[in-house]
Amino acid sequence: MVTVRLNVNGVAHEGRCEPRKLLVDFIREDLGLTGTHVGCEHGICGACTIMFNGEAARSCIMLAVQADGAELATVEGLMRDGKLHPLQEAFREHHGLQCGFCTPGMLMTALDFLRTNPAPSDREIREGISAVLCRCTGYQGIVNAVRAAAPILASGR
Amino acid sequence: MSETRWIGKSVKRVEDARLLTGRGTYIDDHPPVANACHAAIVRSPLPHAVIRGYDLSAALALDGVVGAITGEDVARHTKPFSVGVTAPIHYYCAATDRVRFVGEPVVVVVAKNRYVAEDAAELVQVDYDPLPVVLDPERALDSTAPVLHQAVGSNLAGHRRLVYGEPERAFREADVVLSERFSFPKYGSTPIETYGVIARWDPLDGVCTVWSNFMGPFIMHPLTARVLGLAENKLRFIVPTDIGGSFGIKSSIYPYIALMALAAMRLGVPVKWIEDRREHLLASSSGTDRVAYREVAACRDGTILGMRFKWLDNVGGYIRSPEPGCSFRPTGNFVGPYRFQHLEVDASVVMTNKSLTGPNRGYACGHLYFETEGMMDRLADRLGLDPVEVRRKNLVQPDQFPYRTPTGGLYDSGDYPAVFDKALELARYDELRREQAKARAGGRYFGIGLALAVDPSVSNMGYVATALDPQFRAKPEYLPKSGAVDAATIKIDPLGRVIAILGTTPQGQGHQTVVSQIVADELGLAPQDVTVVDEMDTFTRVWSISSGTYSSRFGSVGTSAVALAARKLKAKLVDYGAHLMELPVASLEFRDGAVRPRSGKGPSYSIKDLAGRAHWNTESLPEGMEPALQATAVFGFTVAKAVDAEDRVNSSNTYGFIAEVMAVEVDPETAAIKILRYVTVHDAGTIINPMIAEGQIYGGALHGLGGALYEELAYDEHGQFLTGTFMDYLVPTASEAPPIDIAHIVSPSPLTPLGSKGLGESSSMTVPAVIANAVSDALAPLGIWINELPMTPSKLWTAMDRARRAGAPTVRTGVSEPLASFSGHPRPKPASRTPLP
Repeated sequence: MVTVRLNVNGVAHEGRCEPRKLLVDFIREDLGLTGTHVGCEHGICGACTIMFNGEAARSCIMLAVQADGAELATVEGLMRDGKLHPLQEAFREHHGLQCGFCTPGMLMTALDFLRTNPAPSDREIREGISAVLCRCTGYQGIVNAVRAAAPILASGR
Repeated sequence: MSETRWIGKSVKRVEDARLLTGRGTYIDDHPPVANACHAAIVRSPLPHAVIRGYDLSAALALDGVVGAITGEDVARHTKPFSVGVTAPIHYYCAATDRVRFVGEPVVVVVAKNRYVAEDAAELVQVDYDPLPVVLDPERALDSTAPVLHQAVGSNLAGHRRLVYGEPERAFREADVVLSERFSFPKYGSTPIETYGVIARWDPLDGVCTVWSNFMGPFIMHPLTARVLGLAENKLRFIVPTDIGGSFGIKSSIYPYIALMALAAMRLGVPVKWIEDRREHLLASSSGTDRVAYREVAACRDGTILGMRFKWLDNVGGYIRSPEPGCSFRPTGNFVGPYRFQHLEVDASVVMTNKSLTGPNRGYACGHLYFETEGMMDRLADRLGLDPVEVRRKNLVQPDQFPYRTPTGGLYDSGDYPAVFDKALELARYDELRREQAKARAGGRYFGIGLALAVDPSVSNMGYVATALDPQFRAKPEYLPKSGAVDAATIKIDPLGRVIAILGTTPQGQGHQTVVSQIVADELGLAPQDVTVVDEMDTFTRVWSISSGTYSSRFGSVGTSAVALAARKLKAKLVDYGAHLMELPVASLEFRDGAVRPRSGKGPSYSIKDLAGRAHWNTESLPEGMEPALQATAVFGFTVAKAVDAEDRVNSSNTYGFIAEVMAVEVDPETAAIKILRYVTVHDAGTIINPMIAEGQIYGGALHGLGGALYEELAYDEHGQFLTGTFMDYLVPTASEAPPIDIAHIVSPSPLTPLGSKGLGESSSMTVPAVIANAVSDALAPLGIWINELPMTPSKLWTAMDRARRAGAPTVRTGVSEPLASFSGHPRPKPASRTPLP
């Protein structure tokens, strides 16, 4: 067993786990943050995407020990002052989710994408979110949501 | 009819706040029982083998392992599942004596956590004697093919020849007869959340409780109880509020419910199993791969006289209920939107060494319309008519509704020509044809495809008996089956707040939102005043064997139950108000959330007022009125009847309509298909929430596109599975999703209180047809017809290359010779069409 100390959504956590424990399992089981989902366990579907030291990363193909000392952000940390984040609000407004299972990974991926490309074209949005698989929406609602959120995030609000 | 302030509006979903913030309760987030142990399943590495024995010693010796169950336990302590055919096929929840596909469950190991369970699973030794393998459904019926089930004697699980009208005469009298062979791939919908089951056994109560993301149909509940040897009221199924997608696939989780229940019962601990992605791709469920032979008989003006369908549906190693729905689910709409009266269907349901099948979005209709719409284009081509004209000539007309099809379907409402016209107009069809002429002149492969489909919703479970011979169904001991029902309860608490309780199992369709809209309209409230509880529990919900959220049911039958429950409650409020006001019931109405005099004069009683009085002072109720303010309604379609002696059955209850136009261009060098325009027009009756309805259409279309272009659960010639990851099984990403122009025409159903129909499967059933037709049209200069999916670039490129090497075709060869290894086969240039005799 090893000790893992990390910061998630601004809160310090310490846990003990086997060295082989996946980061996503550590987040879900040891930290109780079940908003991050497991969809494929081989790094393709993107449902488990989190922010790892400020960049989108797949928590299903990382080990918890790799996150020792890291700053993570998960979907649970997006709300501010009891209000939905503008990207979450845009997903709601534009029907960017149905079953909601890919949504946490989609949100984290889109946030990272908009950070690096604050004013994307539709084609760029589609490329940007193509790292996450969604089987419900046909992606149109998601593209609309990301497009709508882009100027709001770019303006710093 | 009540005012509809909320029905028809794109009300934002109440589900979204929790799902956007990581607060959903999916099965793997759900800790309903303390100290659950975790299961890992040992699966067969071989496609066909006899199991000679198990060695569990190393696995059981591992620290943290609780125990294991094998096929021997399964054989000793459970019964096989009932199957939908009479052949003696013993389908247990795990392999007992023989494995019949790669990935079949063989042993379940239970440990303190999943990591240890997986370690132990690797230590399990199973001794196999390999057997020869068969994968192709046609080859499986050869007398020399290895037989999977000795007791059956062949690989034919079931066969029916259904004859409607006089197909022999239709084909005799036709001016033109065309035939074609089609091949449809095996694909699933791969919901991003996999299967999950948590089972707890209480030996003192004798109750087994199972939480799972099962979507219904709940006919599987009594079947599973029988397998486990439990009374139905000792087996409790609970489905958490949130399911991470399903699209039909999670109807087939029930063998795992039985398997984990058995593990919990044998090992005496609660058992949790979450399927991993490899397991899901390997062995969850998919649609069938099918080989179909189609024939159409028509007059030279394009009027269709009759059709012949012959198909072989590959259900894999066993037949699992509700199969053979793959063949019979669309019985009532076999003829699609066309008027022809003469039809012969020769349906074979075949077992091979592939994984098992079941409902997959569009259940059997993707296959059906791929074939039928392909034949419509071939007929147009043969007759030198525009594909639009051939379809128009044969459409059921608006004045024919309700329309009884020759196969027993009762199309409740529609205006097919109007929907078709709308699609052509939106697509600017004539302009597309002009564009095509220009493109062709420039040597480009530009094509336009059409597809029309009757979109069946709410399966009448009676259709499953179509698989049985009429002689069998005529036996006195045979019990006919029919029905499609759903229930809802609405209650008003003492302060006038409303709660609606459902027993449905939504997988992303937004039932809570839709129900809040309906109840708000019925009771004169706002949607946010209505709390909707949607967690299925067989112990507490009102349900029946057809319950569940499948076959596009909710928009039609679930919403009907909700509307009826609200109306029952409203009638009670009016009766109560009449008593309090000492006025005749007929002089009152329920409007804007209160019981009021119709005259508009005098006092009114709001829901809150009535609720307070009714709950706090039962003396104030009129004599004979039941206390408390709640109503339960069970809605059932009276048009759902058992299959008749002539094999006619109204296999669904409401029938929508879809018309699609797609324009594509095929790259001459790479064979890449570019979608230039895609229009889909739907008639699903009253649309309750347009935003949600369109979301279903976008999603359905992309499922169809996946099956048409990318997705296939593939095996090598030895029966080894090739597509065990998302690197091999290609799911469309946002980059592959085309923009879609969506429009609606509304023909309210006369059968439902709100006029609504189902829409959930939607374009999943038309896209394979429309894109295949568009690509066929694009490649007409090369003489290629698409008759096989998926159209992968390599298959398409090979067919194009072959056609080019062969030179421009000059003689019409007919369209019946299969070239199985290509996605299409040569046909002559349109210019070389042979005139009709």
